[in-house]
Amino acid sequence: MTSAPSILDTFFEECEDLIVALTEGLTEMREGEADDETVNAVFRSVHSIKGAAGAFSLDELVGFAHKFETVLDELRAHRLKTDDNLLRVLQRAGDVLADLVEAARDNIPANRDQVDPVLNELQSFLGDADDEHEEEFVFEAMALDFGAQPVQAGYRVSFKPNHEFYACGHDPLLILKALCALGPAQITVDCDALPDDFAAYDWEGGYLRWVVEIDDLGNDLGILEIFQFVDDLCELSVTPREDDAEPQDEIAPAPAAPPEIVVVNDPAPTPAPATAPTPDSVPQTAIPKADSKPAKRSATSLRVDPERVDRLINAVGELIINQSVISQRLEKAKLPNSSELFADLDDYKLLAREIQEGVMAIRAQPVKPLFQRMLRIAREAADGTGKDVALLTDGENTEVDKTVVERLADPLTHMIRNAIDHGIESPAQRKAVGKPAQGVLSLTARQRSGSIVIEIADDGAGLNRKRIHEIAIKKGLVAGDAVLSEQEIDQLLFAPGFSTAAEVTNLSGRGVGMDVVKTAITALGGRVAIASMPGKGTTFSITLPLTLAVMDGMIINVGGQTMVVPISSILESIRPNAADLSRIGLNGELLRIRGEYVPIIDLADRLGQPRDGRSMTERVLLLIQTEAVPQCALAVDDIYDQRQVVVKSMLGNYGAIAGISGATILGDGKIALIIDPDAIAQNARPLNYEEEPAHVAAG
Amino acid sequence: MSQQAESPQAKQLEFVTLVAGGQNFCVEITQIREIRRWTPVTILPHSPPHVLGVINLRGAVIPIIDLAVKMGFEKIQPTERHVIIITAIDERIVGLLVESVSEILGVSAEMVRDTPRGPEDPATRAIQGIIPVADDMTKIINLSALLPSPDPVAA
Repeated sequence: MTSAPSILDTFFEECEDLIVALTEGLTEMREGEADDETVNAVFRSVHSIKGAAGAFSLDELVGFAHKFETVLDELRAHRLKTDDNLLRVLQRAGDVLADLVEAARDNIPANRDQVDPVLNELQSFLGDADDEHEEEFVFEAMALDFGAQPVQAGYRVSFKPNHEFYACGHDPLLILKALCALGPAQITVDCDALPDDFAAYDWEGGYLRWVVEIDDLGNDLGILEIFQFVDDLCELSVTPREDDAEPQDEIAPAPAAPPEIVVVNDPAPTPAPATAPTPDSVPQTAIPKADSKPAKRSATSLRVDPERVDRLINAVGELIINQSVISQRLEKAKLPNSSELFADLDDYKLLAREIQEGVMAIRAQPVKPLFQRMLRIAREAADGTGKDVALLTDGENTEVDKTVVERLADPLTHMIRNAIDHGIESPAQRKAVGKPAQGVLSLTARQRSGSIVIEIADDGAGLNRKRIHEIAIKKGLVAGDAVLSEQEIDQLLFAPGFSTAAEVTNLSGRGVGMDVVKTAITALGGRVAIASMPGKGTTFSITLPLTLAVMDGMIINVGGQTMVVPISSILESIRPNAADLSRIGLNGELLRIRGEYVPIIDLADRLGQPRDGRSMTERVLLLIQTEAVPQCALAVDDIYDQRQVVVKSMLGNYGAIAGISGATILGDGKIALIIDPDAIAQNARPLNYEEEPAHVAAG
Repeated sequence: MSQQAESPQAKQLEFVTLVAGGQNFCVEITQIREIRRWTPVTILPHSPPHVLGVINLRGAVIPIIDLAVKMGFEKIQPTERHVIIITAIDERIVGLLVESVSEILGVSAEMVRDTPRGPEDPATRAIQGIIPVADDMTKIINLSALLPSPDPVAA
């Protein structure tokens, strides 16, 4: 049973896709662009989730999906009127369904407080008649469905695979599913040919005949297409159906063989339980996985183990390095400039870059699923606070590294809750200041020269800087008489321990402060910026690198060693004047910049290199911003270059090194260490490593 | 490593013999990935004396350890003639700087003798057994014991 968890995993992966489709459909419906096909698509998504969930006995999910599906079915049959209330409930139901899927995946009980009200509201659309007869209801609805559009002709497909069909590895289930996707279909199976004596049974024998009645189909092209590859492997007849009898009646005269199964179906694939009971389902057992996937989108995407992609990315990184090593070697070889080698080398370079970009793109994913999840959270937050908030998203197709997308979920959730809870005012307050009662929260993503910018903007009251300042003073984060610029006050939001216990609500303020948000984003190599206008709103912008494997770095020289400082933490580089430097303590120095004094950290000293006695004026100072120290200046010997570097971890083969976050390989094949500015700045006192010969007896 | 304890029957073992700190040692061949000439390393900050630095081995960042220092001998002054043995210790890849590598020694498992126990120092602690070779003998280094996994830096 080792495959069971992986099938379950696939199910949840597919659920994610289905929920994306569902959310899209619901959004279209809400925007009034929906036609019948959209409703059908939404119905199919819910139905597929229900069907597959049934195969895994996820009862809660099935129960909810069923109710949801039933309402959608009513809507599909035009027995329900689309109005704002219905759409709102459907939207909520979509959110709850997504929550339930997540709960099932994480194996935690669902939050009944959220589920039940929505369930009741859904029920309220259905009336009382169909209350408990859930399964029958499905049948009933379908029958009426046919009744509603009796004029459209259908087709009867009689299909009996022969021995070769099975021998070639075809699966009748796939064909049946494809047929079902064409329109509402009824499948009957004729088991007459089955041998009575089990011993005479050939497991690849073609004993079964299926008769599929498809409604609402104008021509048989679709059917013939399905049988394109197997039409010589089966007995097949496709005949237009005389649509005078009720579908149910047509089944009735079918031979009354004992194990007859009638499956009433709709365009969505058959849920596994419906086919599983076929006692003679020889070649089609145990494929619940295939069941949950609509036949329509079979080859649109490829699921690959991320590890394989990572290996490829590593190898390509090496290719790039190798290419620059070769160019450097060739330059040294002093070949005549006319040498064809150089032209070839240029081609090599281009190809290598192209491969690199291509491989990087594999890991990239659109932020769309993340945004949809955020919209869900925003709706919940808006409902929870009783605020009226319109949500806008833009740039959903912007692609970011998969890991970045995954790790952004928590910080974004927090920021969105904050924006709704603290940013946007209540409708009454908004009216009082002459704004429309409905607040607007927009979530946008766009690419800007090698990085991704995600913005969360609200049109609320803006940051209450006076209040933030007061809280910061009260919490001892800043001195009472400190005069801070607006920007500095804004940055206080991110200070550890700022989280305002006084205003804990059930939404934000769950003990997680904005400092956690900032930490999470910094860990991804990104930065957060705030722009706020009193009365106009607040915008948080998150700038992230496109991928984690590559980083923008400043190549520097420290005591003769080449190192890299992440650009993301550098504010500016300065060549100091003697007048701006002042001494403090024994060895400490301060730099005056725009009236502020910031401590200077000698990077060479911090990394345990001997002092060379060069004065600060001969060096370059990098003004950096870190968590621990708002600003400090790193003294380095030289700045060489600014370029993208491939980040390599040191942990696997060596271990953690204080002040070093990793390593990279330069064009000449040498290793350069990547400085971790946070760790460097946090170690306020120099590490005097010379005193202790660090090797604690090992072994 | 521990195979010869488990199956003492005439199992053939192969070792690469090397010289570090002027003494003969050997390492089981299954732990060795490749042998390279010395190339300059990138120095690591705050590293213990036996860690020389890291090199780029086809894209992997590999720490290089001075085997002589680790065993308590004089530091090796590396030149072009010195070699680095790239070894796989548990999950890690580590390079060992040694003075020279001599030969591949094939012996049957019963030739391996236990290390005579006496006063211990860093060098003897990591010796897993000894193999007599003609008039001389060579000592098997237990790399896992010499360079334990969690954090070879311990700084």
